[in-house]
Amino acid sequence: MNAINTGFGIWSPVVWTLLFLGVLGIGFWIWGAGRKDYKKNSDQTKPFLAGNEEPDPARLHVSGDHLYWGMTAGLRAYYDRIREWHTGVLSDYFAWFIGVLAVVFIVIGLLR
Amino acid sequence: MNALIFNAPVLLIAIPLLGAFAVPLIGRISVPLRRIFTGLIALLTTACAGLVAAHVFTSAAPITYVLGGMATLPLGMHFPIRIILEVDGMSAFMVILTALVLITAIFYSFPYWRRRSGGNMYEALFLLLGAGIFGMELTGDLFNFFVFLEITSIAACGLIGFRAWQGKSQEAAFKTMTLYTVSGLFVLLAIGLLYGEYDGLNIAYLAAHIGGSMVDKIALGLLLTALAMKAGAVPMHMWAPDAYGEAPAPIAAVLVANSQASLYGLFRVLFTLYGLTISVTALGWILITLALLTIFVGVTMALIQSDIKRLIAYGAVSQIGYMLLGVGVGLATSAGHQPFGLVAMQGGIFHMINDAACVGLLFLSAGAVIRAAGTRNLNRMGGLGHDLPWTAVFFMIGSFALAGIPPFNGFASKLMIYESTFRYSPILAVIAILGSILLLAVFVKVFQSAFLGPRLGAPAARPSGWMFAAMGTLAVVVIAFGLFPGFFVHTIVTPAAKALWMGRDAYIGAVMGG
Amino acid sequence: MIGNFPYIIAILLVILGIYALLFKRNLIKIVIGIDLVETGVNLFLVTLGYRNSGIAPIYTYAPKAKPMVLPTPQALTLTSIVIGLATTALLLSFAIFIYRHYKTLDVNKIKELRG
Repeated sequence: MNAINTGFGIWSPVVWTLLFLGVLGIGFWIWGAGRKDYKKNSDQTKPFLAGNEEPDPARLHVSGDHLYWGMTAGLRAYYDRIREWHTGVLSDYFAWFIGVLAVVFIVIGLLR
Repeated sequence: MNALIFNAPVLLIAIPLLGAFAVPLIGRISVPLRRIFTGLIALLTTACAGLVAAHVFTSAAPITYVLGGMATLPLGMHFPIRIILEVDGMSAFMVILTALVLITAIFYSFPYWRRRSGGNMYEALFLLLGAGIFGMELTGDLFNFFVFLEITSIAACGLIGFRAWQGKSQEAAFKTMTLYTVSGLFVLLAIGLLYGEYDGLNIAYLAAHIGGSMVDKIALGLLLTALAMKAGAVPMHMWAPDAYGEAPAPIAAVLVANSQASLYGLFRVLFTLYGLTISVTALGWILITLALLTIFVGVTMALIQSDIKRLIAYGAVSQIGYMLLGVGVGLATSAGHQPFGLVAMQGGIFHMINDAACVGLLFLSAGAVIRAAGTRNLNRMGGLGHDLPWTAVFFMIGSFALAGIPPFNGFASKLMIYESTFRYSPILAVIAILGSILLLAVFVKVFQSAFLGPRLGAPAARPSGWMFAAMGTLAVVVIAFGLFPGFFVHTIVTPAAKALWMGRDAYIGAVMGG
Repeated sequence: MIGNFPYIIAILLVILGIYALLFKRNLIKIVIGIDLVETGVNLFLVTLGYRNSGIAPIYTYAPKAKPMVLPTPQALTLTSIVIGLATTALLLSFAIFIYRHYKTLDVNKIKELRG
């Protein structure tokens, strides 16, 4: 009743959630079985940064546009073109609309 | 009680329409009274939507409601000339979807407009927009469909340009309004062509007589393009990010429901009005082509946005593609009735309500983020998770659901779309999955830059109780649809899919008899 | 042939309107273009209901055995004109606000929202 049959297989989220919680529990058990003999409130609990002074955390935040810089730079050829299409000029919006209308007319007109 | 159930379809349009024109009057007396009144109207509308849906899903045939007189026709009439409302499974499904979005958005708006004037007009236009959307979904008459389409256009653009003190919102409203008006006029031209050929405006009457002549083909081309444009299919999507991005956050959520109402009109035209008279394989492939373009361009454009609402808007555009893909495959297979075609239809239609809930949740939490950060630019946000933990959780639920991560609702509908479209043509499923992965990347970007990182100063405003209630309701809906998809697919989605896919004769029979 | 003349004019008006939408740069002229499309569609609707040497569809004083023009397209056109009035008014008010903010009505310069 609660599962959906997609033709290929069955998706049952309740079973999935139970399995997921089980795997999470196993993960926590492994994590809990780790070493506990470190010294609290000492440098051992801090993240290890070698060399320079630790910079101000506000400057370490990677903001919006920088996150996928590598990806957008890699797809530069595609992005340059697609940005060119989105001109923001109303006449171009209409040109696309009328263009699609023309293509749809041609396709439908060719049928039978 | 019986009279109430009998009249529920027309009340669903009449109550918000009455509310829309009463709100400014009551607002003159007292603002808190106006709020109570608007809330009451919204609750009544939702109750009516529930009644309509329950009635339709329990009765076997589509229900019809004849306006202006008895259900019987005057003597000597061969076809129904009155204005009728006709509600089948698909209409009832759309009514549930719209009611869900409207009620959450109106309650979210109450604190959102506390410090601004103009709440009278805002709530009036809001209810008018709701009445228009419900009308589009319930009507059984093509000309009425056009009238309600124009009501939604006018109300929606009034709301997009509501912040008249911002130049950008006026630009967005002008662009959207011109495109909406021209698409509406093309729809009217198509209706005129059909009227001239068959002397009728009733959808069932036209469907019974339509033959697939050249005039029918021209009308279909006009209707298909105009309604696909209003739904925001690429490459006619460019108004959508402008409009969604510049409208106030709750309105953006309602605009998504409005686009889906146009999508409903498109499906109604393709499946019920034309049926098998024009090659469904070719029409299905037109939809599939638009769908693939929409998924890919929408998602890749979302990736490079730095305005949070414009980014979500491009994400919402890309989701329209999944609905077009599922229903396009369903349309292409509707002649042969292959079983996976029905699964594709179910997936596409289930994704409509999932998308309305997730995108609604995303827009509403984006509204809370913008109020807290005082900017819409993602590059100048950060660390809001410290001060707005619940908003962060809601945003995460919405974005996971939209990107199709189990166990949220987007996964269930997308899985149905992937597996059925894979049977039709594997490349479709590949592009759909690629789109989902990119969408997850998009929302990782938003989450990382808005909520994570160190605190950048105290938030300007915290979301208030009503905003939490609205976001929480949508989040509960997202999780419920995700955890119990079988139940919802069985009760509401399958009747809707079957009403479109194989319910043409029942739709015609309910009006024409026999 | 002469009977088809109104249809040709209607389609011509629609095409002229689309031309204005595509190639005119002034926002006011774009609104005029929309009005042209609308007028074309309305003319088309009214023409659909015309019957040769028909009379107005009012039953009370109608002479017998004369054809009446169809009333439905006239009702449709009336509704469409009213809707058109509302959209035109809204569009022009948006144009006024755009002029206040951008100090121009040139459609090529109103592109803050792009990309």
